[in-house]
Amino acid sequence: MVENAPVLIPVIYLAACLLIGLTRLRYRWLAYPMALAANVLASATALGILYHVTRYGSFNYYFGGWIPPIGIEYVIDPLSAFVLTVINIVAGLVLYHSLNVNRLELGRKVVPYYSVAMLLMLGLNGIVLTGDFFNLFVFLEISSLASYGLIAVGERGSAFAAFRYLILGTVGASFYLLGLGFLHLNTGSLNMADLAAIIPNLEFGKDPAIVIALVMMTVGICIKMAIFPLHGWLPDAYTLAPSTSSALIAPIGTKVASYILIRTLFFVYGVDLVSEGIPVTTILGWLSAIGIIYGSILAIAQSELKRMLAYSSIAQIGYIGLGISMANPLGFIGAVLHVLNHAFMKACLFLVAANLRTQMGHSDISRFDDSYRVKMPWTMAAFTTAAISMVGLPPLAGFFSKWYLALATIENSQWVFLAVILISSLLNAVYFFRVIEKVYMKSPSGVADGAGAGNDPAQFGSGEPTSSMVIPVLVFAAALLLIGIFNALIVTTLIQPMMPPGM
Amino acid sequence: MSFFLGHYAYWFIIGLLLIGFYAIIFKRNLVKQVIGLSIFQTSIILFWVASAVKWNATVPIYDPAFPLEETANYINPLPHTLMLTAIVVGVATLGVAFALLITIYKHYKTLDEEELIKEMKRW
Repeated sequence: MVENAPVLIPVIYLAACLLIGLTRLRYRWLAYPMALAANVLASATALGILYHVTRYGSFNYYFGGWIPPIGIEYVIDPLSAFVLTVINIVAGLVLYHSLNVNRLELGRKVVPYYSVAMLLMLGLNGIVLTGDFFNLFVFLEISSLASYGLIAVGERGSAFAAFRYLILGTVGASFYLLGLGFLHLNTGSLNMADLAAIIPNLEFGKDPAIVIALVMMTVGICIKMAIFPLHGWLPDAYTLAPSTSSALIAPIGTKVASYILIRTLFFVYGVDLVSEGIPVTTILGWLSAIGIIYGSILAIAQSELKRMLAYSSIAQIGYIGLGISMANPLGFIGAVLHVLNHAFMKACLFLVAANLRTQMGHSDISRFDDSYRVKMPWTMAAFTTAAISMVGLPPLAGFFSKWYLALATIENSQWVFLAVILISSLLNAVYFFRVIEKVYMKSPSGVADGAGAGNDPAQFGSGEPTSSMVIPVLVFAAALLLIGIFNALIVTTLIQPMMPPGM
Repeated sequence: MSFFLGHYAYWFIIGLLLIGFYAIIFKRNLVKQVIGLSIFQTSIILFWVASAVKWNATVPIYDPAFPLEETANYINPLPHTLMLTAIVVGVATLGVAFALLITIYKHYKTLDEEELIKEMKRW
């Protein structure tokens, strides 16, 4: 039974994608419940897989019974099961939230929207599951094409943002394919496990093709991941996309790209090669560090909440890149834990922005004031929780991934990177407390101090959206607290077993 | 000299790749960027196909005259089949790109990148 579970997830999403398209003829209201049902099924499957892997260890699924390296396989090890669970649960909550926002922002485009969203999930799940590099390329392009579509249906200007993303994303995928071509030319294999066995036997001094393959593939993945100089597509795309698309793509799209990077660097090329043979991790580390500072500073300069979150995403991706670049166990734990934390934090924050946009009609920070807290107490409480977690205060989740990253930099004696982590935490505090301060302290304009709307109990909670939009936000906020409290458990039971060989 | 002549297929591919890259980066018209993107993708597809070549080998269809055990008799069919998939992906990308361009043109009545950026800032 469980041997066949991995392939069920893409099949569920593919079936949902096609069936939702059919509902357009007559039963348009069915699109939302069907998307949700597909996600619930897939999340349940992913949880089952995670349980099975934690309990009994990794397993593979061979397509058509062909044994790799000839056939294509799905590999379920602790890392892929973990990422699989995270992306499906986050997407499930975002989809649950999406009903009213989409009706408001998309109108009659809702049915194709859910269909394309299912396609996005198909691609992302496929990337995580597959054990074959070419298969991964195909899933990468499926998810990318779907995300261009999801971004382009947004407000005015989103089509141009999606187009620029398309150009850069396709160049990234092409670089990946070119690197893969070099790799295939030299090894004759595309299977990850097979390649991991072949690559250490090659002589790197005589074989620059492997180096080129590694560099090309890393550049390609880094474009998808939006590592610092390659992030140009991200701010406009996240800002102008519909609220649900931002909340769907921002937390999981770039996280899956960082999963590919971890998979490629540590599980295929090997820790020794990428940290000592070729200075990939050194370059990645410096770029990530610059990206952290750059993203944080630009986030401070933004007055639009979604654009601020987009720049903050560049900084947070930098943390993951930094953790990967340390190439030591603590850095690895930090990076994987930050994949989980940032997925939950960013989803929560983007959903708060969506709630603000539906209820207040805008998400312009300069217009926030005390009355927002009174009208939307639960939404703002969730925002504050997620913001504090982003800054990194214990016991919320964000603190622990930063803690592991800081320990990793200390272990490698990389003092500059340690300083970067500490400074960026301060910068995070600047741009988030700026919002929190407005929401909790600033009296609404035209009202004298002390007589603010905060003292008017009649208005309390009057601006909250429907419960289907408040519950996901609160679940994310509570999850951040729980992840923080139980982080030791998560690290020992889930992350320790996925440590790459040789680390 | 033989370094150039012996690898002429690869030099051609590198040239194609650079032409595509040039168009993506320096052309202001978005349609020209898409054309550049297409050339870029095509050059990579050609690279994979060129990597399958073997001298004195035949097409990968079973011929009793050449026993299957001697794989040197047949060119490698795998890159070709993989590239079929990559071509399909490229076509889908082009389709999405042109759909986006139509939307952009409907909104702004222009496909000039600098004008669009100005337009976005104004808005």
